[in-house]
Amino acid sequence: MYGSRTTGSPYAPHTDTETVAMLDAVGVDSEEALFDIPEPVQFDGDFGIDARSERATRQLVESILERNDDLVELLGRGHYGYYIPSLVDHLSDRSEFLTSYTQYQPEVSQGFLQALFEYQSMLVELTGLEVANCSMYDAATALGEAATLADRLRSVSGSVVLVPELLAANKRSTLGNYVAGTDLTVETYPMVDGAADLDAIADRLDGDVVMLYAENPTVRGTIEPGLSTLGDLATESDSLFVLGSDPVALSLLERPADVGADVVIGDASVLGLPTAYGMGLGLFATREDYLRQVPGRLVGASEDGDDRRAYTLTLQTREQHIRRERATSNICTNQAWVALRTAIHAAALGPDGLVDLATRDVTRARELAERVDDLPGVTAPVHDRHHVREFVARVDGAASTIAADLEDHGYAVHTLGEDELQLCVAGATDDELDGFVDALSEVVR
Amino acid sequence: MSDDSGSAEIRHDQARWSTNGTYEPLLSEKDSTEIAVDADAAGLPDELTRDSVELPNLSESELARHYTRLSQQTYGITSGPYPLGSCTMKYNPTFTEDVAALPGAAVHPDRSEGSTQGTLELLYRLQGYLARIGGMDAVTLQPPAGAAGEFVGIRVAAAYHEHNGESHRDEVIVPESAHGTNFATAALGGYDVVSLPSDESGRVDLEALEAALSENTAALMLTNPNTLGLFERDIQTIAEMVHDVGGLLYYDGANLNALLGRARPGDMGFDVMHYNVHKTFATPHGGGGPGAGPVGVVSELAPFLPAPRVREADAESADGPREADGPDPTTDSTDAIYELFDPEHTIGTVHGFQGNWLVLVKAFAYIARLGDEGLADASAKAVLNANYLGSQIDYEIPYGPFHHEFVASAGEQDAADVAKRMLDYGVHPPTTKWPEIVSQALMTEPTEVETKSTLDQLAAAFNAVAEEDDATIEAAPNRTTAKRIDQTSAARNPRLSWQALDADDE
Repeated sequence: MYGSRTTGSPYAPHTDTETVAMLDAVGVDSEEALFDIPEPVQFDGDFGIDARSERATRQLVESILERNDDLVELLGRGHYGYYIPSLVDHLSDRSEFLTSYTQYQPEVSQGFLQALFEYQSMLVELTGLEVANCSMYDAATALGEAATLADRLRSVSGSVVLVPELLAANKRSTLGNYVAGTDLTVETYPMVDGAADLDAIADRLDGDVVMLYAENPTVRGTIEPGLSTLGDLATESDSLFVLGSDPVALSLLERPADVGADVVIGDASVLGLPTAYGMGLGLFATREDYLRQVPGRLVGASEDGDDRRAYTLTLQTREQHIRRERATSNICTNQAWVALRTAIHAAALGPDGLVDLATRDVTRARELAERVDDLPGVTAPVHDRHHVREFVARVDGAASTIAADLEDHGYAVHTLGEDELQLCVAGATDDELDGFVDALSEVVR
Repeated sequence: MSDDSGSAEIRHDQARWSTNGTYEPLLSEKDSTEIAVDADAAGLPDELTRDSVELPNLSESELARHYTRLSQQTYGITSGPYPLGSCTMKYNPTFTEDVAALPGAAVHPDRSEGSTQGTLELLYRLQGYLARIGGMDAVTLQPPAGAAGEFVGIRVAAAYHEHNGESHRDEVIVPESAHGTNFATAALGGYDVVSLPSDESGRVDLEALEAALSENTAALMLTNPNTLGLFERDIQTIAEMVHDVGGLLYYDGANLNALLGRARPGDMGFDVMHYNVHKTFATPHGGGGPGAGPVGVVSELAPFLPAPRVREADAESADGPREADGPDPTTDSTDAIYELFDPEHTIGTVHGFQGNWLVLVKAFAYIARLGDEGLADASAKAVLNANYLGSQIDYEIPYGPFHHEFVASAGEQDAADVAKRMLDYGVHPPTTKWPEIVSQALMTEPTEVETKSTLDQLAAAFNAVAEEDDATIEAAPNRTTAKRIDQTSAARNPRLSWQALDADDE
């Protein structure tokens, strides 16, 4: 298969005869002679990594990953395991999609550009904002980019980024790293029963807040009822109103444009990716007013030499490869292929399917909360709010012990503090939820 | 298999679906359905829900055709040569997709450590692989792309200097020919960027470096070989100079494919580096991403790395054993127990979870498949291919000796036009007009995956275009899905969604 080659990369196709012919053409007698590396920094050791056949490599990875327990996950908090239609895998795995790169030559990349243009359009519909980029890394980094956008737009003299006290810890930490190079400081606002404390926020917005961030749903799955008020408060105080959400929740809940959101960020890979240990797709949408300050890549329509509509990356003077240290972001490689998958998944669901999915996330979370609330020693939901997808339950006894016992029964749940569990219905079937309720009833008995 | 005839011309007429004078219609032109949202069905009050959603409503078979056609209107590595300089467009082994799709890979990041030993073991082994390959002591896998890796490097440098009471260091030095991300990353980290000119040979100008270095230097960011494909021969001196003023030396891993198994950044004196696994370790570029940009550091910087990292549960030191000293990462089965830990002075996180996990699985599989011999052969053949291709093209290559890539000059021709015309010869063109040190640059990186005969085809494409007149190349491309696209119109009149299209466009 590999000619007379005896060793080497299975993906370097050279036969020994070809190698010799090529060396001759270059005018050297060995591959080593091509390297201009001073002797003191040459590496003559080895890594101690054995080469393997494809089959042995596959067995190795299988044997490692088999150590992951097969659990039913009632886990969420920003990463969800919705069922992914087969169509998404098969179409996105077409090798032209998978093996192309950033569309620097748009004439030969129309297919991928169109798919990204369609992705952007779907997010424009769901957010009601005029501009969506074609991806950031994930929700946490998109939040960080929103803060640097607020820093550039700066219409107030202050430097405070105001975020909910209930916020995923890694999101908060990532935001901290993104603003470390600015004079922005991150402060939190309190929450009342799992939703923004509007009075406290009204008091806090005294002219030094550049950005107000809220989530819908919140990290605890509650639907935020005060968004319009937050939008008004942000407008009055000239703060950028940034809203965190995702394409499923956006299909049902209040449209961000209708509540005054200036920027929407979030994880769009709730559609398109299965649970993937937190791998995501950063959603970033904003108003047309801020177009020149948008981070990341944008696909636009134009015309080609035959005067037909064609697509291209545009407004690239915002980007690092043109603008260098004055770019709107340092992002280059993004999550384009995940955006393709998200678009295919959204298209496969269609408008009815999307709204149905979100609706079932509300009704199934409510039903599960009612069922676990009926168990002795369990109160759910803890917050007297409407929920989507997930909710918090309080348990008598140590939450960590109950979670460990549930794991022995084959179920994974979040623990929050001493006595709270968070339960998510997004990825679980009805049968699995039945099994979970049975398991929980045994565990808390 | 080999073709010695020299007549290696390929042609490719790209698919071009069209309907009524429009290329493949948008999903929204195939269907647009507005549905009312029923708050009652969810048991929600009206004020918590939106009124309606308008999106395409198409059948599975219609979608299958839509996206199949779009894929046909996209050129990938499996279509033909893709010598995009600085991007390392290697063939992506198909089996790595299979292992990333294993059911065991689909786990939630908030699962207990005890129930995710497989994931932790794979991450731990990959930390070890990368540490050995880069000559580094500790590795984080969290950064989701190369630029994110750079950002970790800069944040780690900042934390390190602050820890040592040297917060006054506010400058990062970047060579003029560096990747744009280096400048942007340093700026994102709050640093003043000091730009460094090249010397006549195309390498770091030591006198200019001496002038740029000061007690305010936080770091020098370098790639080696540099963007001209040249090895920075004075790297040891450079490292000494940077370290003498108390700065750190950062390695941009974009060009690591040139050095696999032959030289290691850690041995050259670099303190911190990122790896581009989608370049060096063949994970697919996916139309722009996802990639992954793990970061390796020397032991002195390990306490500042992002949290969490993975270690063996019985590790003795607080920071775990150095990955490079850890157990043989090639052992096929292990009963070791792994755990997550936060480095002592961690900068925190740079991603909501643990980065692009599925990409990391593919990178692990690629490295395990190639092993020492395959990795060393990859760099050998990547450098051989670039040099062979360089020897076969008529355009001048002003700087050498180059390694995995070269930058040719299109001379009197416009490099962007040359690229458009090359599309008509069935190949993807090189990166153009960068680095600016070469006039009308054609930055070319064929990688190790091309055969002699495809390199001959590539050379034939370069040489055919070199002979053509301006009118011909300005009229190109002709065989692609779209003809030359008007960039000015796209930027002057931004239409970024189907909602923004004028009636004329529809």
